[in-house]
Amino acid sequence: MSTLPLIIFLLALCSVGYWFGSKKALQVSAASGQAMGRPHQFGMYVAAWGLLPPLALAVLWAAVSVLPMDAEGAISQQVNQVVFPALILLSATLGLYLSIRKISPELRTRKTLERIVLAVLILASTISIFTTIGIVFSLLFETVNFFDKVPVLEFLTGLNWSPQTALRADQVGSSGAFGAVPLFVGTLLITLIAMFVAIPLGLMSAIYMTEYASDRFRATVKPILEILAGIPTVVYGFFAALTVGIFFRDLGDAIGIDIVSESALAAGVVMGMMIIPFISSLSDDIIMAVPQSLRDASYGLGATKSETVRKVILPAALPGIVGAILLAVSRAIGETMIVVMAAGFGANLTLNPLESVTTVTVQIVGLLVGDQEFDSAKTLAAFALAMVLFIITLSLNVIALVVVRKYREKYD
Amino acid sequence: MTDTAQSSHSRSLVRGEQETPLLAKRRKAEKRFKALGLTAIIIALALLAILFYSIVSKGYSAFAYTSMKLSVTFSEQVIDPKGTREEAALRGASYGSILRDALRKEFPDVSSRSDLRKLFSLPSKGAALELRDMVLDNPDLIGQTVTVEITANDDLDMFNKGFIKRDVAEADRRIKDQEIAWFDQLDQAGGIELKFNSRFFTSGDSREPELAGIWGAMVGSFYTLLTTFLISFPVGVMSAIYLEEFAPKNKFTDIIEVNINNLAAVPSIVFGLLGLALFLNVAHLPRSAPVVGGLTLALMTLPTIIIAARASIRAVPDSIRNAALGLGASKQQMVFHHVLPLSMPGIMTGTIIGLSQALGETAPLLMIGMVAFIVDIPGGFNDPATVLPVQVFLWADSPERAFVEKTSGAILVLLGFLVIMNAMAVVLRKKFERRW
Repeated sequence: MSTLPLIIFLLALCSVGYWFGSKKALQVSAASGQAMGRPHQFGMYVAAWGLLPPLALAVLWAAVSVLPMDAEGAISQQVNQVVFPALILLSATLGLYLSIRKISPELRTRKTLERIVLAVLILASTISIFTTIGIVFSLLFETVNFFDKVPVLEFLTGLNWSPQTALRADQVGSSGAFGAVPLFVGTLLITLIAMFVAIPLGLMSAIYMTEYASDRFRATVKPILEILAGIPTVVYGFFAALTVGIFFRDLGDAIGIDIVSESALAAGVVMGMMIIPFISSLSDDIIMAVPQSLRDASYGLGATKSETVRKVILPAALPGIVGAILLAVSRAIGETMIVVMAAGFGANLTLNPLESVTTVTVQIVGLLVGDQEFDSAKTLAAFALAMVLFIITLSLNVIALVVVRKYREKYD
Repeated sequence: MTDTAQSSHSRSLVRGEQETPLLAKRRKAEKRFKALGLTAIIIALALLAILFYSIVSKGYSAFAYTSMKLSVTFSEQVIDPKGTREEAALRGASYGSILRDALRKEFPDVSSRSDLRKLFSLPSKGAALELRDMVLDNPDLIGQTVTVEITANDDLDMFNKGFIKRDVAEADRRIKDQEIAWFDQLDQAGGIELKFNSRFFTSGDSREPELAGIWGAMVGSFYTLLTTFLISFPVGVMSAIYLEEFAPKNKFTDIIEVNINNLAAVPSIVFGLLGLALFLNVAHLPRSAPVVGGLTLALMTLPTIIIAARASIRAVPDSIRNAALGLGASKQQMVFHHVLPLSMPGIMTGTIIGLSQALGETAPLLMIGMVAFIVDIPGGFNDPATVLPVQVFLWADSPERAFVEKTSGAILVLLGFLVIMNAMAVVLRKKFERRW
């Protein structure tokens, strides 16, 4: 039996149990003449007993089937198809039967039910931890495997990246080279360009929006700017590859500079465009949080608005703004689709924004899309790169949080 | 403005002189600074406008296709020589040759082999199937000669829509002078028409741009998002309830808190690798399936939903809680009967925003193999499928000029869905917003 019908059947079984349970509770209460809890509580109680044993069984089963087992795939297939559903249904029926029998005036169901509910709630909130553990372990595992084949030092300091491993041992370049420095430099370059676009535009619009704009202007323009944040990155990628990249290339042709159509410039500019609302709304909140008394004091001393902004508000808001910028940087480093579509796959070690570079995320996609066996250095390299990405973005986020929390000026 | 003008006027009266050079300089700096801020906003808005203009101007024509009228003879000899009218026989007949005959009749003076081949490629590769479907729908056509409309190939379509210009040198364009001459001949006879492209919304992917549609990707997106919702919504709401209402303040809940905030900042591609390692390599779920995509996106959306749900639960005032508890409700009854229903609008808003992010997400889905070329419309959670943004990515990679139009068209549909979802969130917020 496959999963979905099994689940539906199980739920139907428990509904029947619920019905029986609540009915029996009414009968017992009438027969004994004693006050009891509400019938639906007894129904829920019975249904819970019908659901929990199969659930425990399923978890156990999943844990066992995940463990590596030797051969006999055919048998386990049969077991999966027949024995497992039978066990599930048997345990459910047993749970329902026993719990219905237990219904009596002395049974206190609410406490038990609430304990179960609380357990489920706790379990749900630990899923975030399991996700993190899952990320760290899946990355760590393959990364360690990768470093068995390629030395850490070569990965972190090597200047040559060509992960193509050949099919035969005697082919040219059969070993592949895994020096990731060109990728780091490429990522850095594109992130820098993105920040050159996003920081001035985002910050200046936040300043104008908070200090100069009328309420009506703010109310119309702010949501429009935030549209930029809601556009899927694949759309930016398409825009970067087809419109901006071509535009820069033609522009270069017109003034006699050689710009490739997959230049770091195009990818960086479009990425900066994506990040503008990120910086502007974060800085907006931060500038708004600077107390009015500071502004008034500055105006009272005769400063103009721009002097107030530059000499009072920005310094006061600086920790927050730095935090926002760090968050934006981590987002730019982790951004995938724009660079996959608009930057190249070739690992050039260059700082020239007019040439094509490649980034960490582009290489992860390049290494993992398509079919390949799972133990080659090529595939494992993607996990090592992802590990680097994970560590860098996470530390940037942590630093940003610390900066904001620790250096925030507290007025009031 | 008037205030400052007045004050400077009165001051100059008192001092009996013009503005000092320093003051003039400061005024100018002020103006410059303000202009700078406005410029930044204008540039950002202009970038947005350029983005939309470039997508719309490339994509609106995807909703139309070029059809050509041909007088086709449904010869009985070719379709059903035995005269049985059996469906299998009708299905298997060579409609390509019927189409070729019709074209030859339309242009009798084309004779050389290579010219004929070019002529026969004017209709789409799917045109023969269109003829077949006409016959299957209405077997009475057999033996008649009727004027039918068939889909033109992508190059002709691009030419008709003006994306391939006449004045480009012949060597530089995909469609040659002779084909243009044929096109003009058909056009003058009234045989070329631009019609609404319903196929774009009803069919799956195809190697032929004129046959490709987004329905497959839309269905795939639907199954994926449904999985995401079914998992992330209950789990997200439950963890928010626990953390807001029940959790004691200890190390363990602190860890959970920090974790959720950190997860919200993990790059999406890392979630893709998690999905690859966990759901494909360990749990052996099917590759390219909406269920895996949905699970991966659910883990990604979870922090967004938890954070929104917690804010919404926190906004319910304590008086409600105390009233419920005062009437003798247990803590769980208080939460599930009073706090949760009151915070539901806010939770729904957050969920919709999280799901709309998930709808636009591409990178993690590339990792779990949802980039495959899939023609069939997925029929369930385990069928190979693709989603709208991945379809956009796939088409953007295709070399044919006509796919640019399809890509932009698919983007327009995707943006349409996002606008609808965000509008829903705004409406929900407006309708149920309550100030305590």
